[in-house]
Amino acid sequence: MNHKTHSQSMALTGQPPKNITRNQKFATLVGMFGLAVMLLAAFNVSFHNKTLWLTISLSALFSGILWFSWEAYSQKLPGIKNDGVWFKSISNKGFWGWIAGIALTGFYIVLYFYPEYLGLASKGANKGVIALFDPLSKALSGNPASQWFVYGTLYTVAILAFGVKFLWKYRHNRYERLRTFSVMLFQTAFAFIIPELMARLNGDKLLNGGSLPYYDLKNVWPLNYYNFEGYRIKGFLSSGDIGFALLVFGILSIFVITPILTYKYGKRWYCSWVCGCGGLAETAGDSFRQLSDKSVKAWRIERWVVHSVVVFVTLMTTAVIYSYLGTDTSKYWLTKSTFLIGVASLLTLVFGWVMLFKREQLQKDAQYGAIGYFVIIMALIGFHFFSGEGHVFLFKSETLRKSYSFLIGSIFSGVIGTGFYPIFGNRVWCRFGCPMAAMLGFQQRLFSRFRITTNGGQCISCGNCSTYCEMGIDVRAYAQKGENIVRSSCVGCGICSAVCPRGVLKLENGPQKGRIDSNQVLLGNDVDLMDLVNQK
Amino acid sequence: MENIVIIGNGIAGVTAARHIRKLSDKRIIIISAETDHFFSRTALMYVYMGHMKFEHIQPYEDWFWEKNRIELVRGYVTQVNPEEKKLTIDNVSSLHYDKLIIATGSKPNKFGWPGQDLHGVQGLYSKQDLDLLEVNAPNKEACKRAVIVGGGLIGIELAEMLRSRDIPVTFLVRETSFWNGVLPSGESQMINEHILEHHIDLRLGTNLKEIVSDENGRVKSVIIAETNEEIPCNLVGLTAGVTPNVDFLKDSGIELGRGVKVNRFLETNIKDIYAIGDCAEQHEAIGNRRPIEAVWYTGRMMGETLAQTICGNRIVYNPGHWFNSAKFLDIEYQTYGWVFSERRKEAHEMHFHWRHPEEKICLTVAFHQDSKQFMGINTFGIRMRHELFDRWLNEERTVDFVLEHLTDANFDPEFYKKHEADIVSKYNADFGTSIKPKKKSLKRIFQFN
Repeated sequence: MNHKTHSQSMALTGQPPKNITRNQKFATLVGMFGLAVMLLAAFNVSFHNKTLWLTISLSALFSGILWFSWEAYSQKLPGIKNDGVWFKSISNKGFWGWIAGIALTGFYIVLYFYPEYLGLASKGANKGVIALFDPLSKALSGNPASQWFVYGTLYTVAILAFGVKFLWKYRHNRYERLRTFSVMLFQTAFAFIIPELMARLNGDKLLNGGSLPYYDLKNVWPLNYYNFEGYRIKGFLSSGDIGFALLVFGILSIFVITPILTYKYGKRWYCSWVCGCGGLAETAGDSFRQLSDKSVKAWRIERWVVHSVVVFVTLMTTAVIYSYLGTDTSKYWLTKSTFLIGVASLLTLVFGWVMLFKREQLQKDAQYGAIGYFVIIMALIGFHFFSGEGHVFLFKSETLRKSYSFLIGSIFSGVIGTGFYPIFGNRVWCRFGCPMAAMLGFQQRLFSRFRITTNGGQCISCGNCSTYCEMGIDVRAYAQKGENIVRSSCVGCGICSAVCPRGVLKLENGPQKGRIDSNQVLLGNDVDLMDLVNQK
Repeated sequence: MENIVIIGNGIAGVTAARHIRKLSDKRIIIISAETDHFFSRTALMYVYMGHMKFEHIQPYEDWFWEKNRIELVRGYVTQVNPEEKKLTIDNVSSLHYDKLIIATGSKPNKFGWPGQDLHGVQGLYSKQDLDLLEVNAPNKEACKRAVIVGGGLIGIELAEMLRSRDIPVTFLVRETSFWNGVLPSGESQMINEHILEHHIDLRLGTNLKEIVSDENGRVKSVIIAETNEEIPCNLVGLTAGVTPNVDFLKDSGIELGRGVKVNRFLETNIKDIYAIGDCAEQHEAIGNRRPIEAVWYTGRMMGETLAQTICGNRIVYNPGHWFNSAKFLDIEYQTYGWVFSERRKEAHEMHFHWRHPEEKICLTVAFHQDSKQFMGINTFGIRMRHELFDRWLNEERTVDFVLEHLTDANFDPEFYKKHEADIVSKYNADFGTSIKPKKKSLKRIFQFN
């Protein structure tokens, strides 16, 4: 009666249920309507009551996402919700995945390089979709919107709406819930509302009449690679005690706050609890985490690319600061030479410490890479002292700054990093491009209490952990050896532990001694045999 | 160079191969009729459920085997000839071995039910079974109802798989409560409830009488023994346990019982032939274990051990404290040491049982009535630290000590609600003690000063 049912499509996997419900179709419609309003605005359809239409548009977007998610999870018992992930074309790099990828990429290209299509006007009032956001911007900062305000708003809406989705999806898991509340809070308050409100202070006597640069307080250099550019330093220094305090905070966050927190908790305190890029990846990007490449080859590429970005941002920032410093010590203590000597000493210190005490923990290629890059940086810094022409690094600092901002700041973090979520997974930027993640990771690998503990011999090599690791770590490779996971790229999202069907993985902070603890013969076997084989 | 041939590329055979490679330069050949590469059998369910693709359940990338000089042969060993030390593969080619490791695993039990070989009747063990399930039950339109026969670990997994595609499931369990030959009653009862929560038609104390065929030799329905009720269905899952897969050895001269008989060195009656994993049967059971242990972990442990023997360090298979784990739909289960069901436990085994008032969380601690020595723990919905229980079992701690330090053993993710206070106060009430649970101590857990 039904011998045709399974063979119609010739697909190996038959026809598993992957259809969305009728209500989910309506929910999609509602969300799409919200987007359509913005799209119409972008094509200069003029909405007279902008406040009303912006509210309608954002509410539709928000409630569409919420309704869709509610339909997906509300009828199900708490637990892991990965049924059919690899059958749906949006999450298995299928047709809808590519469509979403292309649409997002297109949006980022317009946003970064053609904001005039969004309605940005060089003179006079905004048009298009940016004008639609004017009422909200004026309510917050008092200024008209820019393309970045539009982006910031949508970004925040995405983190909040998909954050709620994530909260429902993982309602049985308090680690995931708290972490998600945290990224939702940091995005809304620190990245979105506070900087806008701070803009209201500009020109105020509280700032001695100065005006502060837009400052997302949770954004730490080198993620905000621009923080020490000349115009921002001027802004900070001209804005009284508050400005000065912010500048000091910016420096402290790099050299004091970050290392302490990373030592105690691993880089997760930042990457999956605070960071905005991480926040978007963990919420809007959650459906794509399984798409990251777990091969050893991808890992090798990752190490070279991300550490090269660190070198690039270090060189660029050094060059930029160098460019606006003076040469006369009597005017200001920090001159071009003292600054360069400072940078060189700091790098030598870190390099020396690693090479002396931690070398055995680095792979061969990491050692060669470190030595190579160290020599290059030192040579370039030395160039200043030998050339005597006020040049540093062969290139003009402005060229370096512009290429970094274009290649890394726009193309990598935006177009590829977020636009390609549905193709490469949700943490492409964090894994391959983010210099902040690389620096925190470097510390996490060598000097931190954080690890993912493998629970004795309980691993069954099923592969859920590796599959759902957004950073492309082959978690199982460690777990099945009874080895703890201590990897610089781990952002501590905790999903490996959540999806493990046998309770094998636990993110925790503990003593550094015995942190990795690799075993060839696993717990549960003959004690003598374990001793014999596992001797280290 | 010695030629080691391993039949079967499951966890036992592959672990043996990996460890032999670490210890020696011997030639290693793995023969499998099932798949080209090793995969995690316990993860087959996740492929059907769409959590992973088949490639994801393969723990090693494809280049791994060549790099480690482990040769893979795809074929079915039809005959073993110990006199000439030769194997026949697919009745054609023959292969010489110096040492032979039999690691052929299991096959699903069939108890002679009428209709058990019809189309649409299958077990769930191999990759082929998974492929077959895609044919028999691709979706709820093609499979309007499935009946699962046998209430064990594979049965409940199959039910979860089918429910992930919204296929209605009737679950026939011979026992009066789910898996109560293994689980104490409180736990078994909680799982019963959870099965019903998942809209699975659980029939306890119910046996299969026969499977009825349609005119094309496909299953049409099943008939229940107790009531003669006929349940129409398109799939019958036979999950009433497994049996060693050793039929091909019948005329080889290798001693067989239900499985391949081995001594504590995992040696068969014939020199240079060994058996490990599901298919190996100990002459005498080790401790409380069963002579045949069809468990992932024991397969791995036998592989770890045998590699030593093969490479010149002859060593007995000496598993440590029993442990196991499973997942019943949304509820994770872990066990350390021995906790027996009411059916199997001896008189001196006392149980302490605690269950969360609302959530599906519970545990049972077994201890000796007189000495109060801790014997084992089952936990549901709480993760526990393997290393700590292994240590406490070694140190022969008392149940009081274990409850006092229970917080140390908790392996739940950070920020999870802690239940130790409730658990201990229930214990105090049950046994008239006044134990205060100690705070978690990293010092004790990681044993540093």
